Amino acid sequence: MKLSFNARNVVVVLVIAGLLLLPVYSALSGKVFVLTLFTRIIIFALAAASLNLIMGYGGMMSFGHAAYLGIGGYAVGILAHEGIGSGFIQWPVALITSALFALVIGSLSLRTRGVYFIMITLAFAQMAYYVASGLSRYGGDDGLTIYKRSDFGGLINLSDRVQFYYVCLACLLGGVYLIWRIVNSRFGMVVQGVRSNEQRMQAIGFPAYRYRLVCFVISGTICGLAGALLANNTDFVSPAVMYWTRSGDLMVMVIFGGMGSLFGPVIGAIAFLLLEEFLSQFTEYWALIMGPLLLLIVLFARGGIMGILGRFSRG
Amino acid sequence: MRKTAFWLAGVTALAFVAQPALAADTIKIGFVSTFSGPTAAIGNDMRNSFELALDHLGRKMDGKPVEVIYEDDGQKPDVGKQKTEKLIQSDKVDFIVGYIWSNVLLASLKTAVDSKTFLISANAGPSQLAGELCSPYVFSTSWQNDQTPQAMGLYMNQKGVKSVFLIGPNYAAGKDMLAGVKSTFKGEVKGEEYTVWPSQLDFSAELTKAKNSGAQSIFVFYPGAAGVQFLNQYAQAGIKAQIPLYTAFTIDELSLPLQKDNALGVPGAQQWVNDLPNDENKKFVADYRKKYPGLRPTFYGAQSYDAANLINSAVVAVKSDLTKKDAMKAEMEKANFKSVRGPYKYGNNHIPIQNFYLQDVVKDSEGQLALKTVATIVKDAQDGFAGKCPMK
Amino acid sequence: MLVVVEQCLNGLQFGLLLFLLAAGLTLVFGIMDFVNLAHGSLYMMGAYFAATFVAWTGSFVLGVVLALGATLLLGILLESVALRHLYGRDHLDQVLATFGLILFFNDLVRLVWGPAGLALPLPSWLTVPVQILPGVYYPAYRLSIIIVALAVAAMLYFVVMRTRIGMLIRAGASNREMIGALGINIKLLFTLVFGLGAALAGLAGLMQAPILTVQIGMGENILILAFVIIVIGGIGSIRGAFMAAIFVGMIDTLGRAFLPDLLRKVLSSTAASTAAPALSSMLIYLLMAIILVVRPEGLFPAAKR
Repeated sequence: MKLSFNARNVVVVLVIAGLLLLPVYSALSGKVFVLTLFTRIIIFALAAASLNLIMGYGGMMSFGHAAYLGIGGYAVGILAHEGIGSGFIQWPVALITSALFALVIGSLSLRTRGVYFIMITLAFAQMAYYVASGLSRYGGDDGLTIYKRSDFGGLINLSDRVQFYYVCLACLLGGVYLIWRIVNSRFGMVVQGVRSNEQRMQAIGFPAYRYRLVCFVISGTICGLAGALLANNTDFVSPAVMYWTRSGDLMVMVIFGGMGSLFGPVIGAIAFLLLEEFLSQFTEYWALIMGPLLLLIVLFARGGIMGILGRFSRG
Repeated sequence: MRKTAFWLAGVTALAFVAQPALAADTIKIGFVSTFSGPTAAIGNDMRNSFELALDHLGRKMDGKPVEVIYEDDGQKPDVGKQKTEKLIQSDKVDFIVGYIWSNVLLASLKTAVDSKTFLISANAGPSQLAGELCSPYVFSTSWQNDQTPQAMGLYMNQKGVKSVFLIGPNYAAGKDMLAGVKSTFKGEVKGEEYTVWPSQLDFSAELTKAKNSGAQSIFVFYPGAAGVQFLNQYAQAGIKAQIPLYTAFTIDELSLPLQKDNALGVPGAQQWVNDLPNDENKKFVADYRKKYPGLRPTFYGAQSYDAANLINSAVVAVKSDLTKKDAMKAEMEKANFKSVRGPYKYGNNHIPIQNFYLQDVVKDSEGQLALKTVATIVKDAQDGFAGKCPMK
Repeated sequence: MLVVVEQCLNGLQFGLLLFLLAAGLTLVFGIMDFVNLAHGSLYMMGAYFAATFVAWTGSFVLGVVLALGATLLLGILLESVALRHLYGRDHLDQVLATFGLILFFNDLVRLVWGPAGLALPLPSWLTVPVQILPGVYYPAYRLSIIIVALAVAAMLYFVVMRTRIGMLIRAGASNREMIGALGINIKLLFTLVFGLGAALAGLAGLMQAPILTVQIGMGENILILAFVIIVIGGIGSIRGAFMAAIFVGMIDTLGRAFLPDLLRKVLSSTAASTAAPALSSMLIYLLMAIILVVRPEGLFPAAKR
């Protein structure tokens, strides 16, 4: 990839640098909470980036992406509850269950198109939500407190704020790099081709359904990782992380930042969550500002924040 | 590794620079409750009462100004947890108060306990809090979930009720409440229904079942707006004339203006009622109605008012040296302040040992619907989980 | 047996209420190809307007009529100021924009009416239970919901199938570009349809208000059910929405009524009591998933696109 000096890339580089240096700032200023806040933001950014893979590049608008956050989280929570504290077991299990769930719902959902696809993914996520609410052994509706974070032997200590922050950041950067490689690979080209013209790709001889399904599974797996991180971050997992409004939040982050641009969802997650945090401190009626703001972004700033930056650098 | 060492050095250096003076300059209190969404009215009442308590204290504790930071949990456990973290890590509060919902409290508990910040639950009382999860840093100014329905069960025995049909929401408090009635009620339980919380609003299916179960009475627990809905539907279905209703936390001063006449004559059990005759309570209720015209305090508010005074007693006892956690704990265990419910004691699990009263809905002298104390159901009741609490 | 009859009535009543909400949604979705998440907010506004106007005028019927008019006007205003510019945009843009509107309306209501919610008391002639079968009493108000909703359904059927406007609406649902090309004032038609949808949502909101109270965010959970219904029924099809709404209402109510007892036969009593609510709320989504897998365009697709 040729790095050109435009507003978009400058912002991306600044954001990455900022994220890398954040713990230093936090330590020097004594503002511990900044780190806590950004750990959460980074985890949601990873989830949003995974959604962007299917939504932005694959044209598959999943309204049930939060389900993987819950599945990854419950994999960690349930294993911890049953006395299996090792991250070497917990995390692979989180990834595998997310992948399997994505495989099952993907293979069914991908038979539908458009709004029907949106709704069927929602349906599956809601089912996952209600299954979790019914798990009375693991807290049911109330959720499950995780008393010990995933244990990685002497390698890393997730209970240490700074170390955990860097683990999350590494996952985010790794996830974005992976998505970048996928998008620019032959496989990714096919998926994007299917998005713009499925019949043509089919006619050329690509099994469109299978390509889309694989892409769907990869996205779900990455989001499952975000779920495992989130559960460790909050020491807690509850069905609420799978509720449809959370899937809606993820979609908003992606569109806010710029769908189909590699770093868009990351910027979107940062902007969305910071705005929420900032506005809610500023006024109790923060939604009165946030709501119309979303409307204005859609009306006047197509392509989200990355879209604005793109236009800016061309301008 | 070297990097970490570098930061550690930095943090340690900072810790030295920022070493707090022994006596705190301001008393910082974090308040987590629900200020948005359908149950925001409860959070508002708690905030109103807490503010009133501070007014009565001259907005000072042991001569030091008090700063309160209110945070909205949106009735969601994960948000409540996050706000608790923010208050403790970012605002560095000395006390954290509030928590309407059992599930929000359970999610937030670990953060507070790990950081050794005193947490005062002004409402939620899940059984875990009274039992295995009890902590030196956690106090309650309310009750354990089972206690109120247990009192109701006793009252139903006194009334000679033979059978009951139980309905409640499917979350921690709901399960505790129904278990509470069952533990003291001696008659037959004809059926037990849990509804989806908080999204289920139509109880027609459950009411039909209750009606056809042949039970002599119905017991429900529905806090907030759900209580309004349940009562309206109960009355509209014509069951009110056939099967009497017994409640816990379903009718209060917030829901009453919406339940209107549907609530008339429906009894509930409570540890505090607005007309309790002690002086502290008279002052609280009168000043509340003066400061917030058109509103009346609820038990949520009374518990928040008590929480402020409980904190004040601890701050005064250590002369604002908030590092003396043991001394503060010892003082709070005495419950050495004038509670609006009248004097009470603390059990080993920091849950009040207190009286429970029967309240009824009547028309008061102003012609408005009001809650009235009818009788004392049980005196000095302790919850059943104290034995499971490892804290001795 | 009588219990089953009563529970079926409960299901029917719930389904018909859902139909009122879904009808407006499916019209707007089918004709303008517009995903309106704020439909739930219009439902909420209908209830708040009704509670306010009934309190002002002191008359239930007058208040309800005023509230319907107010929701209709609000719908038209919303369409012409903001939503009109979103037609033809990506569904996702519409979702984001109308999600913003939900946030806005919730806080607006909190600012204007306060957080506590309102009461919409019924006139006394609607509060008595009515004997419908020997030994079976049913709340008069729930019965009146069934009657009103059935009347609205019949009226909608008449308007859509027998009038010129209805013809245009049907034409719009099957081929949007074509009716534009035929020289129909499509802007006006869209505004009218949106207003009608808003009024229907308002009607649903104010009719259920005496049962469920009037509170902030009341439209959100029920909105998802409405979406499930229009997807099961086939987008743009009033008939599909009607069938699916009754189907969903029945499944939801009967599931809640009888599933716990069925489960108790296989599970321990406490496990069954807690698992049943979760399972019965899942049934609807399971139903939708199965229907979409078998018929990817819903039961009664309005048109092939």
